[in-house]
Amino acid sequence: MWQFFHKLGSPKWFFGIANRLMPWLMWGGVVLLFAGLIWGLAFAPKDYLQGNSYRIIFIHVPSAFLAQSVYIMMAVAAVVTLVWRMKLADVFVKAAAPVGAVLTFLALFTGAVWGKPTWGTWWIWDARLTSMLILLFLYFGVIALGAAISDEKSSARAVAVLVLVGVVNIPIIKYSVEWWNTLHQPATFKLTEKPAMPMEMWVPLLLSVLGLYLIFGWFACLRMQTEILVRERRTRWVKALVQAEES
Amino acid sequence: MAFDARAGLRPEADAVSVFTAMRVVFVRDLRAAFRQRQDLLNPLLFFVMVVTLFPLGVSPEVSFLQLAGSGILWVAALLSVLLSLDHLFRHDFDDGTLEQLVLQPQPLFLLVLAKTAAHWVLTGLPLILLAPLLGVMVHLEGNSIAVLCLTLLIGTPVLSLIGAIGAALTLGLKSAGVLLSLLIIPLYIPVLIFGTGTVAAAAEGAPVGGYIALMGAFLVLAITLAPFAAAAALRISLSNS
Amino acid sequence: MAFDSLTAFVVMEGHGPYVWTCYGVFFLLLGALVFWSLHQRRQVMAAQRRELSRTGRDQSSTSRPVATASFSRVNDSQD
Repeated sequence: MWQFFHKLGSPKWFFGIANRLMPWLMWGGVVLLFAGLIWGLAFAPKDYLQGNSYRIIFIHVPSAFLAQSVYIMMAVAAVVTLVWRMKLADVFVKAAAPVGAVLTFLALFTGAVWGKPTWGTWWIWDARLTSMLILLFLYFGVIALGAAISDEKSSARAVAVLVLVGVVNIPIIKYSVEWWNTLHQPATFKLTEKPAMPMEMWVPLLLSVLGLYLIFGWFACLRMQTEILVRERRTRWVKALVQAEES
Repeated sequence: MAFDARAGLRPEADAVSVFTAMRVVFVRDLRAAFRQRQDLLNPLLFFVMVVTLFPLGVSPEVSFLQLAGSGILWVAALLSVLLSLDHLFRHDFDDGTLEQLVLQPQPLFLLVLAKTAAHWVLTGLPLILLAPLLGVMVHLEGNSIAVLCLTLLIGTPVLSLIGAIGAALTLGLKSAGVLLSLLIIPLYIPVLIFGTGTVAAAAEGAPVGGYIALMGAFLVLAITLAPFAAAAALRISLSNS
Repeated sequence: MAFDSLTAFVVMEGHGPYVWTCYGVFFLLLGALVFWSLHQRRQVMAAQRRELSRTGRDQSSTSRPVATASFSRVNDSQD
């Protein structure tokens, strides 16, 4: 176990593992995502309340789900950065943050477009949309702070502190936004709370969530590899790797 | 070796108790601030000016101002605290005092807490004293003004404490000001929501005890956690430079 | 199949524009992210290759002896 943990900290070892994993992640993700989306778009039954516009759920929910869990993953990596000073953990945070921001934006965008036929307006200060917006701000903060500090080590640890402060705040933000929402506009019906979703909607949704998860894994591997190549450019193995790819 | 380098260099250092050290830091910050009075005044002027912008920019109607007044005051207070945060560690960072502070035998987070307390006394407290006047200008009722001041009294320390984390993280960076706002504003949202929500509830005649208690919980949480994060951030920023 | 024809599938009883906009933007952004990530990777590789060939040439032309020990930086990965 500890040896594995130790190995995990080695960029070189990770690079090789990522190389082997990436095709599986990519193709598995694409297959699952497309299976879920095609099923959801063409074969799942129409929702009796919202009609066909509900089919946005098959990309809205995966995006929102991933957006939140990427932040949680970043928080775990931040703890690892601060406690064990593991380089790879910080590489993950730096690599995942832009992907998380894009997914958060997608969740917001699809939520807004879904809102038009459902609520009759593009934007509504709904508790879920608002807290997603704040999550997007948190992502931007993480990216901006990481870019502002040039020293690699300080940047890693400063970003880790910020991510952790953010993760402590997320439940508070979520709770307060929900409270604020009920205070200001009671009884709007919720976007994703529907009485017992039928099986034919559940399975494709699950498939697309899993698919997007795998695709995120692919993104993480690729972007981490890039980051490692930059950071370890003076090491012998990276030089050998670059030369090998040249020939 | 049985020789304690720290004790050998500063024989009296360990004799200073934590509370004395905190008091010294607190008093020192107040004194330093009073030597530069303009810096103290600026956030207050900013507060008044931002509040003035709303009647001019949106509407001077009594009905609008009564409705939005508490929100306007809260947002303005939040922004002026944000504006003043840059000073929290900046001077000490520039003249090297901060490095001395980090090297003290007393736990850093308590010293940071003392510094933050001084910051609140210098910015948050004057804002609260000014709030009733501005409250009257935006036609808030007497009861609302009292509740508003109470929420500010509980809320602005939270703003200072969370802000200390951001100030420590962006210390020594070139574009610290804008970056600081970017990092901190999302974290301020719960305080803002509960601050204005409490006043809104008071205006409707609802009991506000529960809301005040919740804000108190925020304050307790911020006092216990924020100094740790700010101290960690300070160490990181100092090791960077 | 939940739809009778291809047109019904595209129109989706009037909700087509919303659904297809969402799916379009979803794939557009993900695609852009894929492109950007791969592009970044290629750029890093190219920059490294350039630097490597430059330093390689420098070393061969001047044939400066490589220092056996350096206090400035450990250049090899420690694993």
